[in-house]
Amino acid sequence: MAEHTTEAAEAATHAAEGEHGVEAAAHGGGEAVGMPQLDFSSWPNQIFWLVIALVAIYLILSRIALPRIAAVLAERAGTVTNDIAAAEELKLKAQEAEEAYNKALADARAEANKIIGEAKAEIQAELDDANAKADAEIAAKTAESEKAIAEIRENALQSVEEVAKSTAAEIVAALGHDADKAAIDKAVDANLKGA
Amino acid sequence: MATEEQSEGLVFHPMDQFIVKPLFGEAGDPVHWYTVTNVTLWLFLTVVAISLLLVMGTRGRAVIPSKIQSVAELSYGFIYKMVEDVAGKDAVRFFPYIFTVFMFIVMSNFLGLLPLAFTTTSHLAVTVLLALAVFFTVTIVGFVLHGAKFLGLFWVSAAPLPLRPILAIIEVISYFVRPVSHSIRLMGNMMAGHAVIKVFAAFAPLILLSGIGVLVTPLSILAISTIYALETLVAFIQAYVFTILTCVYLKDALHPSH
Repeated sequence: MAEHTTEAAEAATHAAEGEHGVEAAAHGGGEAVGMPQLDFSSWPNQIFWLVIALVAIYLILSRIALPRIAAVLAERAGTVTNDIAAAEELKLKAQEAEEAYNKALADARAEANKIIGEAKAEIQAELDDANAKADAEIAAKTAESEKAIAEIRENALQSVEEVAKSTAAEIVAALGHDADKAAIDKAVDANLKGA
Repeated sequence: MATEEQSEGLVFHPMDQFIVKPLFGEAGDPVHWYTVTNVTLWLFLTVVAISLLLVMGTRGRAVIPSKIQSVAELSYGFIYKMVEDVAGKDAVRFFPYIFTVFMFIVMSNFLGLLPLAFTTTSHLAVTVLLALAVFFTVTIVGFVLHGAKFLGLFWVSAAPLPLRPILAIIEVISYFVRPVSHSIRLMGNMMAGHAVIKVFAAFAPLILLSGIGVLVTPLSILAISTIYALETLVAFIQAYVFTILTCVYLKDALHPSH
């Protein structure tokens, strides 16, 4: 502390010497000791230039900078709002597209099912048709066959009758009798019917 | 300079950085009100820096801002919101004025942190003018908007009647103390930090003079770095404090009822 005081004193002397002229002395050696802030001789100078600087800053800000920044911020806010709206719209469109796609898919499925059903029905119809035809053919063939069988049977019966009659006549002849053809036929017919 | 003076080989003149001196001419020249001084230079640089940031920086008017434009917009938004929140929506018309004050103080503070710079806001003349401008603006706005009702600011109607005159005296005193604290707070903060840095800086070359310097020099360099970091914070905080107090005072003028 004592050292500091010595310093100050020395400084004051030094200042008085160094700053030639009465002007410096009138300042009370404020530049050397104490606070230059309290050297009121520099206040007019500082205040003069400060006022100029503040007015300059105020004019620059209020005329150029602030309106510009406000405009940029407003523009940005507008852009952001617009972009959000556009995004919303695009989202709706995407949803619509998805719905349309799903609908198309469902339609296609239904169409496919319909086509499959139709094809099945067609095939079924053809199948039924073919079945019916085949059945008819089979029935016709069966009838024909039955007819043929009946014919064959009739022929066979007739042959049996003839063979029986001729055989009977031969047997009667062989036994030494002159066989009456009509009587033999009658007897054979009666036997066949009885059999 | 004036305090060229040695003690144990160390040079202490922490206050020399605050000396107002003519920019041209010799050291002892008188400082008239019109003299171009170091104050003029650094005030000019402040104006230039603010213009670079807020005018050149926003020249692109880009919707997607550049880095400098972001800083400009950030400071605009910061102060605009402060004015709106603290002083109310109707205080927005004072925004250019408050923004001017804030930008001037914050830019001066930061420029003052440059080595060899002159810190304009560390001078009482500057802060007193700023504080008085706020004081008179607030007082005039208060009386213009509310007339005699503005005096209701000092008449605490919420207090019991016998207490009100005493409270009124206290309120009046505190009202007039405002510009004092407003100005000295800023000037004191700026001056103290710069002076302390200078003191530590004076210890730094001790290593060249004495053996103890091996210990002192690293410590003082560390101290300078630390205080510099702190001062960077203080530079912003003091500008913020000055501005928010301006808003608070302005709120009193716009809405004087308690």
